[in-house]
Amino acid sequence: MIPLFQPALRHGLLGLTRLLVGARASWEGSAPVDVPRIYFANHTSHLDTLAVMAALPAKLRARTHPVAALDYWGGSALRRAVAVGCLNALLVDRTGKATAEVMDAMAAVLESGQSLILFPEGTRGDGTVAPFKSGLYHLSQRVPNAELVPVFIENLHRVMPKGMPLLVPLICTMRFGAPLEPVAGEEKAAFLERARDALVSLSGPKSQSNPQSNSPSSGQRTAQ
Amino acid sequence: MSSVMTAVTSFFTTTDPLFLWLSGAALGLLVVATLIGAVLAYRVRTPAGRDTVRNLNARIRSWWVMVALFAAAMLLGSVVTLVLFTLLSYLALREFLTLTPTRRGDHAGLFLSFFVVVPLQYWLIGVGWYGLFSIFIPVYVFMALPSLSVLGADATDFLTRTAKAQWGLMLAVYCTSHAPALLWLDIPGYRLPSALLLLYLMTVAQLSDVFQYVFGKLWGKTRLSPGISPSKTVEGLIGGGLTAVAIGTALHVITPFTPLQAAGMSLTIVTAGFFGGFVLSAMKRDLGVKDWGTMIEGHGGVLDRLDSIVFSAPLFFHLTRYWFT
Repeated sequence: MIPLFQPALRHGLLGLTRLLVGARASWEGSAPVDVPRIYFANHTSHLDTLAVMAALPAKLRARTHPVAALDYWGGSALRRAVAVGCLNALLVDRTGKATAEVMDAMAAVLESGQSLILFPEGTRGDGTVAPFKSGLYHLSQRVPNAELVPVFIENLHRVMPKGMPLLVPLICTMRFGAPLEPVAGEEKAAFLERARDALVSLSGPKSQSNPQSNSPSSGQRTAQ
Repeated sequence: MSSVMTAVTSFFTTTDPLFLWLSGAALGLLVVATLIGAVLAYRVRTPAGRDTVRNLNARIRSWWVMVALFAAAMLLGSVVTLVLFTLLSYLALREFLTLTPTRRGDHAGLFLSFFVVVPLQYWLIGVGWYGLFSIFIPVYVFMALPSLSVLGADATDFLTRTAKAQWGLMLAVYCTSHAPALLWLDIPGYRLPSALLLLYLMTVAQLSDVFQYVFGKLWGKTRLSPGISPSKTVEGLIGGGLTAVAIGTALHVITPFTPLQAAGMSLTIVTAGFFGGFVLSAMKRDLGVKDWGTMIEGHGGVLDRLDSIVFSAPLFFHLTRYWFT
């Protein structure tokens, strides 16, 4: 029965996400094209995955797989149906017991020409971007031809701040930046720092901002 | 096939002829505008001209959608119109608060604003509870919001945060809700459906906007206030405003007003519409943005389209209620 409801549930979830947070895409340095990509985004709230998926054009969405935690999303048939059936999630064991299998599964998706969404901070932030975990580095070493596209999720930490059960609807923009240029022989720490900088630099002044006004936009001011 | 014909025939015989005439006029205006836009797109050569025409055509396309939405809501009845305005208020408030700095302590109050205050304000209209409708937000909500925020024990920008959240509710919800409230006015001796009063307000306010834009583009020379709204010109304001008043006077046939009263009413709508747009422009300047949002192609956000209604709707509502009911 569940497979029958999945398209309806998917449209319902994406529609609800747009009604609550807008989920507008802003392509600033990359274009929405179907090439194997690792979209890496800042982790701001439970809605992150839905918001990025809702911002992607339908054609790309069908070929993009958010990486989600197996221990939570594989926990029940319903959660699994939502994560895997509706959102094409790739469920991975994050306990560290099966690192090689996780890497194999992620590389297989990219090698089949499809894309992944990763949240390399590992934990939810409060509007600032935490240092990255090393998975992004290892994956980029394993599949060097996959594009690394930073996605800055703007405003979503204001929608559902950590520890707040209530949700305040605000318009959130996904800023898709330019893919990271490969640097030969780069060390892990330098790579992770550069990737994080690329993400943080997308949080700068908005393109919609009036050029005559040089004050930073209000959404950013609250981030501090 | 015959059942479709019967439905169409009964639609035209039972629907108010004035509504049909007005819909026809709006349709004609849009068709003419679309044709002019197509001709301009074909003829224009300069890059700057192309940008203007592209923006003009985006605006015209969005007008088709907005007019269709309103016509559908009005034909489907007052409850559907009320639901449409509830949604518009929700979206406008979302645009306003997106651009407004808020802090953790405001979270509960903002949640209630969206999910309790917005529906409750429109529910009060629906059940006809005028007394509470007119004071619910400015009295009860305006005291409840800072009371909730103060529990967060955070005094940083407290006055600014409170004032901004209250202005958001005032403009997006309280002021805007007076437009569909016109449908619940009971005017003695007025035999037409009161949806026409809402149509009158929207037509005069939006045509005033359109004609100010057109007059400004064609003959605008003297900038009215470059520091706040660079596109507004004296020529556009006077030419567009007077044209809208003339149309509003001619439309007295769908209202309970005499031609002179209709002229006064449309002058009020045009003046309040101008100041509504002007005040909201100053707020956008202050917040450092050009548009409130990006939802309607060529127009910006919902609040960019409602800006001529926010001040004129409560004024038009109360003048009509005081003098004619």
